[in-house]
Amino acid sequence: MAGAVWVFAEHQEGKIRKTSLELLGKGRQVAGEVGAPLIAMLLGSGVDALAQELTTYADTVYHWDDPAVALYNSEIYCQIIAELAHKEQPQIFLAGATFLARDLFPRLAGRLKTGIAVDCLNLELEEDGLLVARRPLFGGKALADVVCRQGRPQIALVRPNTFSLPDAQGPAHGTVVRLPVGVDPAHVKIQVLEVSRPPKERLDLTEAEVIVTGGRGMKAAENFRLLEELADVLNATVGATRGVVDSGWRPHGDQVGKSGKTVSPKLYFAVGVSGAIHHVMGMDTSKVVVAINKDVQAPIFQYADYGVVGDLFEVLPLLTKEMKQGTGKG
Amino acid sequence: MHIAVLVKQVPDSEATVQVKADGSGVEIEDRYTLNFFDSLAVEEALRIKGQGGDVVVTIITLGGQKGVEALRTGLAMGADQAVLLDDPAFAGGDEYATAMVLAAALKGMQVDMILCGKEAFDDSSGVVGPLVAEFLSMPSVTSVVKIQLAPDKGSALIEREIEGGKEVIKVSLPVLLSAQKGLNEARVPPVMGVMKAMRAEIKKLDLAAIGLPATVVGRAGSKEEILRYHRHPQRPAVTMLQGEAADIVRQVVGLLKEEAKVI
Ligand SMILES: Cc1cc2nc3c(=O)[nH]c(=O)nc-3n(C[C@H](O)[C@H](O)[C@H](O)COP(=O)(O)OP(=O)(O)OC[C@H]3O[C@@H](n4cnc5c(N)ncnc54)[C@H](O)[C@@H]3O)c2cc1C
Ligand SMILES: Cc1cc2nc3c(=O)[nH]c(=O)nc-3n(C[C@H](O)[C@H](O)[C@H](O)COP(=O)(O)OP(=O)(O)OC[C@H]3O[C@@H](n4cnc5c(N)ncnc54)[C@H](O)[C@@H]3O)c2cc1C
Repeated sequence: MAGAVWVFAEHQEGKIRKTSLELLGKGRQVAGEVGAPLIAMLLGSGVDALAQELTTYADTVYHWDDPAVALYNSEIYCQIIAELAHKEQPQIFLAGATFLARDLFPRLAGRLKTGIAVDCLNLELEEDGLLVARRPLFGGKALADVVCRQGRPQIALVRPNTFSLPDAQGPAHGTVVRLPVGVDPAHVKIQVLEVSRPPKERLDLTEAEVIVTGGRGMKAAENFRLLEELADVLNATVGATRGVVDSGWRPHGDQVGKSGKTVSPKLYFAVGVSGAIHHVMGMDTSKVVVAINKDVQAPIFQYADYGVVGDLFEVLPLLTKEMKQGTGKG
Repeated sequence: MHIAVLVKQVPDSEATVQVKADGSGVEIEDRYTLNFFDSLAVEEALRIKGQGGDVVVTIITLGGQKGVEALRTGLAMGADQAVLLDDPAFAGGDEYATAMVLAAALKGMQVDMILCGKEAFDDSSGVVGPLVAEFLSMPSVTSVVKIQLAPDKGSALIEREIEGGKEVIKVSLPVLLSAQKGLNEARVPPVMGVMKAMRAEIKKLDLAAIGLPATVVGRAGSKEEILRYHRHPQRPAVTMLQGEAADIVRQVVGLLKEEAKVI
C-alpha cells in the first residue's frame, strides 16, 4: 500500500496509549485529505485484543506478534519497521512524542534516509501532500514550520495532548495483518533486562489532562498531601518544580520543565511555583493555567490565565473542598 | 578506552529570542552557554575516566566560534582534547546533515563510547545523537540516568528513564548514550581548568578532512526545510484574584467552570 499514512500504536499495561489514539484521530483526517489508507503499527506479544480495537480506527493493522517484541528494543523495532517501510513506502508516519518514540524514530529516520520533526504542536497538509509540522524552538520562545521534501515517509512525533481523541469508536472495519518478526540476532546489541514502572492510578504527566504542580512554596515533602487531595478530586497528576525535586521531596519523574517533562494539559495548577523560565518552558502550552502564589509579583502570574494571590496552605484545602462540591464528588 | 562527547553551545534559557516580523528568522540575544544535558555528558565521561584505566575523553562540536566556547568549557571541566568541525559547507544543516558530519568525523576516531545530551536546549529535537549512532551502525540508548561499565569494558548496564519508570538495558560497546537529568551533577570548571583550557589547542576539521562530499552536508544534505517562524501565541492577560481566600477560591472555581469550561 504505497503512499499510506502510518500511525505507531504504542501500548502500556494492556491499553493503547492515549497519545497514540490522538494520532489515530489526526491520522484519519490526514489520510482522508491525501486519499490514502490509514495503517496502525502494533508490536507486542499477547495483544490480540488491542489489534482488534485498532481496527475500529485504522483500515489496516500491521501486527507483529512475537515474544521478541514484547518489550521495546530499539534495534529490533527499528529493523522490522524499516524493512516494511522500504517495501511499502508510506508517505507519512506519525507517533506521539513519547520516550519510546523519541528513542526509536530518529534511528528509523536515519535508516530510511528521511527527515523527522519532533515534539510537534500542530500538523497541516499542503495541497501536494506535504506535511507542515509546527515545532517549538528555544523552549517555545519561537515556533517553526518545517517540511520534509527530501525523503519519505515524512515523520512527525507529536506532543501528547495536542490533538483531541477520535470520536467514539465506530464499528470495526479494518483488517489485521500479522507479520513475522524476522530478526537477525547478529544485529541486536541491546538487551532489555527489566522494565520497572510502579503501577500508578494516574496518567503520566505527559498525558494528563489536569496537572497540579507544587513548587518550593510547598515547604516540605509531607505537604504534598494537600496537592494529592486536590489531584484526587480533579483526577489530576501531581507535578513538581526542579527546586522540589532537588530538595528530594518528589522523584525526578515528576519534574516539569526544560530539564524535566514537557506537559500540555487542559488545566495546569502552579502552586507555590515562582515561574522561572526553565519551568515555564515545560508547561506553557497548557490550555488553562491557574497560579497560586502569595507573592503578587511572582513571574508565574505572567504565564497564567487565573492568578490566585494567597497563602497556599489556606487556599488549597478550600479549593479542594470547593472542587468536591463543584464536581459532584463531595 | 576512548570516549567522545558531543557538545553544543546554545542560547541561555533566559536569552531573549525575537521572531523577525516577516517570519524569516529569529534574533537571539548573545547569551550562550554549554547545553545543560551536554554538561552532564562531559561529567559522565570524566566520571568514567576517574574510575581508572587508560581513558581518553574527546569533546567534539559542529559550529564556529560559539562551538569553540563549548569546547573550552568541556576542556576546563577536564576533557583531554577537543575537536571543532567547521566549514562554510556545514551551514544551514538540519539534524540529519549535522549528524552526518559528526558521524564522519567520529568514524576515524576509534571510539568505544559516545556520550551526548538528551536534547539541545535550542532545537530540542533529541535527534542528533541517535542519528549519529545510526550512521555509525552502533546501538544507542537515550535518556540515560545511570551507566555502569562492565569490568572488561566490553559492555555496560544502562538505566534509561521512561514515563513513570525506568528500563535496565545491557548493551555492548561501542555505544552512544544520551544524558538525561539525574545521571550526575556536572562540576563547575575549576579555575586551573579554565586557565588550561584557554591555552589548549583545538583541533579543527573541515569538509576535506572528514572526507564527505559537499552534497551530504549543510543545507544541501538536509532533509528538513524551515518554511517560516512564528511567535509563541500570547496568553490573554491574567485575571488576578485577591482578597479573602474563601471568596477567591469560589471565584476561581466558577471561572474554570463557566468561562474556561475546563472542569
Ligand atoms: C539549566 C537549568 C534547568 C532547569 N530546569 C528546570 C526544570 O526543568 N523545571 C523547573 O521547575 N525548574 C528548572 N530549573 C530551575 C528554575 O530556574 C527555578 O530555580 C525553579 O523552577 C524554582 O522552583 P520553585 O518555583 O519551586 O521555587 P522558588 O523559585 O523558590 O519559588 C517558590 C515560590 O513559592 C511561593 N510561596 C512560598 N510560600 C508560599 C505560600 N505559603 N503560599 C503561596 N506561595 C508561596 C513564593 O512566593 C515563590 O514564588 C532549571 C534551572 C537551570 C539553571
Ligand atoms: C532546515 C534547517 C536548517 C537549519 N539551519 C541552521 C543553521 O543555519 N545554523 C544553525 O546553527 N542551526 C541550523 N539549524 C538547526 C540545527 O540543525 C540544529 O540545531 C542541530 O542539528 C542540532 O539539533 P538540535 O538542536 O535539535 O539537537 P538535538 O538533537 O536536540 O541534540 C542532542 C544532542 O546532540 C548533540 N549535538 C547536537 N548538535 C550538535 C552539534 N552541532 N555539535 C555537536 N553535538 C551536537 C548534543 O550532545 C546534543 O545535546 C537548522 C535546522 C533545520 C531543520
